[in-house]
Amino acid sequence: MEKLITKFKKAAPKAALLMAVAAGAALQGCSKMGGDNAGATATALSSDAAAAVYVAPGKHDELYSFLSGGFNGQVSVYGLPSGRLLKIIPVFTQHGENGYGYSEESKAMLQTSHGFVPWDDLHHPKLSRSDGMTDGRWLFVNGNNTPRVARIDLTTFETVEIMEIPNSAGNHCSPYPTNNNEYVIAGTRFSVPLDMKGGTSDIALDKYSEEFKGSISFIKIDQEKGDMELDFQILVPGFDYDLANGGKGPSEDWVYFTTYNTEKAGTLKEVGASQNDKDFLAAINWKLAAKYAKEGKAREMPANYYHNKMDKDTHMAKSTVKKKVRYLLPEECPGMMYLLPAPKSPHGIDVDPTGEHMVVSGKLASSIPVFSFSKMQDAIKNKAFDGEKNGIPVLKYESVLAAEVKEPGLGPLHTEFDGKGNAYTSMFVSSEVVKWKLSDFTVVDRIPVYYSVGHLMIPGGDTKKPLGKYLVAMNKITKDRYLPTGPELAHSAQLIDISGEKMKLLLDFPTVAEPHYAQAIVADKIAPNSVKFHKLEDNKHPHAVKKEADASVTREGKNTIRVKLTAIRSHMTPDNIEGVQLGDTVYFHVTNLEQDWDVPHGFAIMGANNAEALIMPGATQTLKWVPKKAGVYPFYCTDFCSALHQEMQGYIRVSPKGSNVPIIFSTGKKKTGPVASSK
Amino acid sequence: MAEEPGLAHEAATEATEADDGKGIGPVKSVEMGEGIDEALASEGKSLFEGKCSACHQLSDQKVVGPGLAGVTERRKPEWVMNMIINPEEMTKKDPAAKKLLAEHLTQMTNQNVNEKDARSILEYLRQNDQAI
Ligand code: HEC
Ligand SMILES: [Cu+2]
Repeated sequence: MEKLITKFKKAAPKAALLMAVAAGAALQGCSKMGGDNAGATATALSSDAAAAVYVAPGKHDELYSFLSGGFNGQVSVYGLPSGRLLKIIPVFTQHGENGYGYSEESKAMLQTSHGFVPWDDLHHPKLSRSDGMTDGRWLFVNGNNTPRVARIDLTTFETVEIMEIPNSAGNHCSPYPTNNNEYVIAGTRFSVPLDMKGGTSDIALDKYSEEFKGSISFIKIDQEKGDMELDFQILVPGFDYDLANGGKGPSEDWVYFTTYNTEKAGTLKEVGASQNDKDFLAAINWKLAAKYAKEGKAREMPANYYHNKMDKDTHMAKSTVKKKVRYLLPEECPGMMYLLPAPKSPHGIDVDPTGEHMVVSGKLASSIPVFSFSKMQDAIKNKAFDGEKNGIPVLKYESVLAAEVKEPGLGPLHTEFDGKGNAYTSMFVSSEVVKWKLSDFTVVDRIPVYYSVGHLMIPGGDTKKPLGKYLVAMNKITKDRYLPTGPELAHSAQLIDISGEKMKLLLDFPTVAEPHYAQAIVADKIAPNSVKFHKLEDNKHPHAVKKEADASVTREGKNTIRVKLTAIRSHMTPDNIEGVQLGDTVYFHVTNLEQDWDVPHGFAIMGANNAEALIMPGATQTLKWVPKKAGVYPFYCTDFCSALHQEMQGYIRVSPKGSNVPIIFSTGKKKTGPVASSK
Repeated sequence: MAEEPGLAHEAATEATEADDGKGIGPVKSVEMGEGIDEALASEGKSLFEGKCSACHQLSDQKVVGPGLAGVTERRKPEWVMNMIINPEEMTKKDPAAKKLLAEHLTQMTNQNVNEKDARSILEYLRQNDQAI
C-alpha cells in the first residue's frame, strides 16, 4: 500500500493554495491541497530566514510564548523566534513528569463538583494586564469541557488556582481579563436548562428554545495576589457564546462576545445553527454590570462549585466548595447589554489597539464586518434599534458598521493587530494569513500557511501596544510538513516576519497537542522574576523535614505509615526502612534539602500505582504507596542529579500483617565527630 | 537537569594569581580570638546541622563531601569561609578545591550562607578540631 506521504507528494497538483481552493475541499482530500510543497515553501521563505530565527547556543530568546494545548489540558511555553520548547505546564491534566495531579499535595487542584476530573480541553491563554498591556504576572486559561478557569503564576510557571464555573457548559468564551485585571470574564458556549439551584433541570430536549440559558461570569481578581473570586454572573439568552474580547482606551468599559445558534437549535446545529442570515455580537458594559451587582440588582441562587488553590508556603492545594452565586438579568439592567447583528455564525471578535474597531470574523461569511465603537455609542444614544431579544435591544447593522473587508479569503476566524495600522486575519478554509489596513479596510498582502490555520498571534496583538515584529500561525492540519509519525501528527506552528510591508515565512515548528490560541511577551517582563528554588526556611509543609536529623518513620493510627524523608546529592535519609506491614498505606513525604538552582530530586518506588514525585529544591512532595505483597521494595531518585545519582537509592521492607518487626530506619553507619563524642 | 560541569569547563579557567592559600571569594582576612567563642560556635552548630550535615560528618568519614575533622588545621580560615560562601568558583579556580572536586565528583552546593553565618560555622569547626 502506498504510504500517505509519498502519495501526497507525488499526486498533489501544482494549484495554488489561495483562493482557488474551494471551501471544504482543503479539509477532505489531501490530494487536492498543498501543491508542490517544496516549491511553495521556497518562494515564501526569504533567504535571511535562518539568521532571523537563529538564537546562538547559550543565548536566550527575545520572547516567551504560551501556546494552549487544547485537548491535552496543558500550556506549552516556547521561546521566540527560535521555536524552542521551554516547558510544558500542566493545568487541567495529570502530568506524570512531575507528579502534578498525582501527588497528595496537588490532587485537590483537579477536584470539581463532578468529582476528580484529571483532564480537560484547554483553549485560551490570556496574560494578565496593567493599563491594557501584558504585565507578565499571571496567565489565565480556560477548561472548556468541565467549565473551569485557572491561573498560572509566572514566577514559578505553576498552576496555582483553578475555579469551577457554575451554570456553564462548554466554557469556551473564556477567559478574558479586563485592562487592569479587574475582572476575568468567562462565557458559556453550550447553553443549558438551569434549574436555578446550581444544576441543570431534567427536561425534554425539544424545550431548548424556551428553557435553555447561557451565562457570563465575572471573576474578580485580587490586584496584589491574583486570587480569583466569582463576583456575579449575567444570565443571557440561550445562544452559543463563542469568543470574547475587551475594549481598550475609549471602549475599555466594554467587552464583546460573538454568538451563534441564535436560532436556538438543540440538534444538528451544523445546519440548524446556520439558518439566520445574521447572528449577534453581544456588547456588555462590564463596569455598569459591576455597578448594578454592587448596588443591589443582583439576585442570589444556590450553587455548588469548587475553588482550588495551591498554597505557596506549604506547596499544598486546598479545595473550598462554594454554595451560592449572584446573578443579574439583562432585562432588569438597562444600558448594560446590546446585540449587534453579525453575519452568519461569527467566531473571532478582536478589538484593534485604539479600541475603536471591533473585527468580527464570520467563519461562513464572505466578508469581514468591522464595527465602530463610536458609532455604537451614537446608535445607543439615538436608540437606533432593530427590535429586541429577551429584553435586550438589537442595534441596527448599518448604524454600527464601520466597513466590511471585501473578499478577504475563505473562512475568516481570528484577527490580531501590529500597532502600525494593520490587521491580520487567519483564513481557515483558504489556508492563509491576510493583512489588511484599518484605515481603508483593503487587503494589502497575503501569505499561504500550511495548513488550515486556526488562531494566529502577534505578541501583545490583542492589547493596546502590540509588538509588530512576529506573527505565529497555529495550523490545524500538518500532513506532510515534518517526517511522518504514523496517523497521529504534531500540530504545526509557523513564525512569520511582519516587520516589513510583505509578510515573510521564517520558521515551522511542531507544537504539543492542539494550540487554540497563544500569548507572547518580551522575556524581560518575566525572566528577572523567575524563582530559582524554594527557600527551605519558608517551607511550611506540615511534613517537611529540614535536616536529616529530623527524618522519621512513624505509625499513625492502625494502618498509616508516615515516612518523612530528605533528599540531597546523593542519598536519601532514611534509605533503609523496616516495620511496614501489609495493609498499611505508606506516605513518603520527600523534602529536597538542596538550596541551589536546578537540582531537583525524583522519587519512585516499585509498584506505585500513581506516579513518581519530582521535588524542586526546598520543596516537599508526597507519594502515597500501598504495598500488596510482603517483601523488599527498592526506591530511588529518578532525576540524574550528580555523579553518584545511580547510588541514590534505598530499600523498604514489608512484612505480613501482625508481624513483630519493629519500625527501624537509618542511612549508613556514621561515626560520631569529635564535638559530639567529647560531650 | 544539569549535571555538574565537566572537566572541559574547568580547563578554560586556570587560576592566574599566585595561590596564597586563602581561596577565592569575598573573605580576605579573618579575626580570631585565643580560645573558642562558645556562643558563636553554638550558632554555627545549628547552622551546620541544617545546611551541611547531610553531606559532611564531623569525623574523618566521607559521606558526600569529605569528613571535616581537622579541616581548620589543613586550611586557612579564609579558605574555609570562602569554600562555604563561594563553592562553585572555588572548585573551578582554587587548586586545592579543584582537587577535592576531582576526588568527590559532586559539586558542593551553594547553601546561601552569608559571611556572618560562615564565620560562626568556622568557629564551630574550630571547636570540633580542638576537641580532638
Ligand atoms: C550537597 C552536599 C554538600 C553540602 C550540602 C555541603 N557540602 Fe561542603 N563539600 C561537599 C563536597 C562534595 C566537597 C568537596 C568539594 C567538591 O566536590 O565540591 C565539600 C567540601 C567542603 C569543604 C572543604 C573540605 C576539605 O577537606 O578541605 C568544607 C570546609 C565544606 N565543604 C564545608 C561545608 C559547609 C560548612 C557546608 C554547609 C554550609 C557544606 N560544606 C555543605 C559537599 C557538600
Ligand atoms: Cu538525585
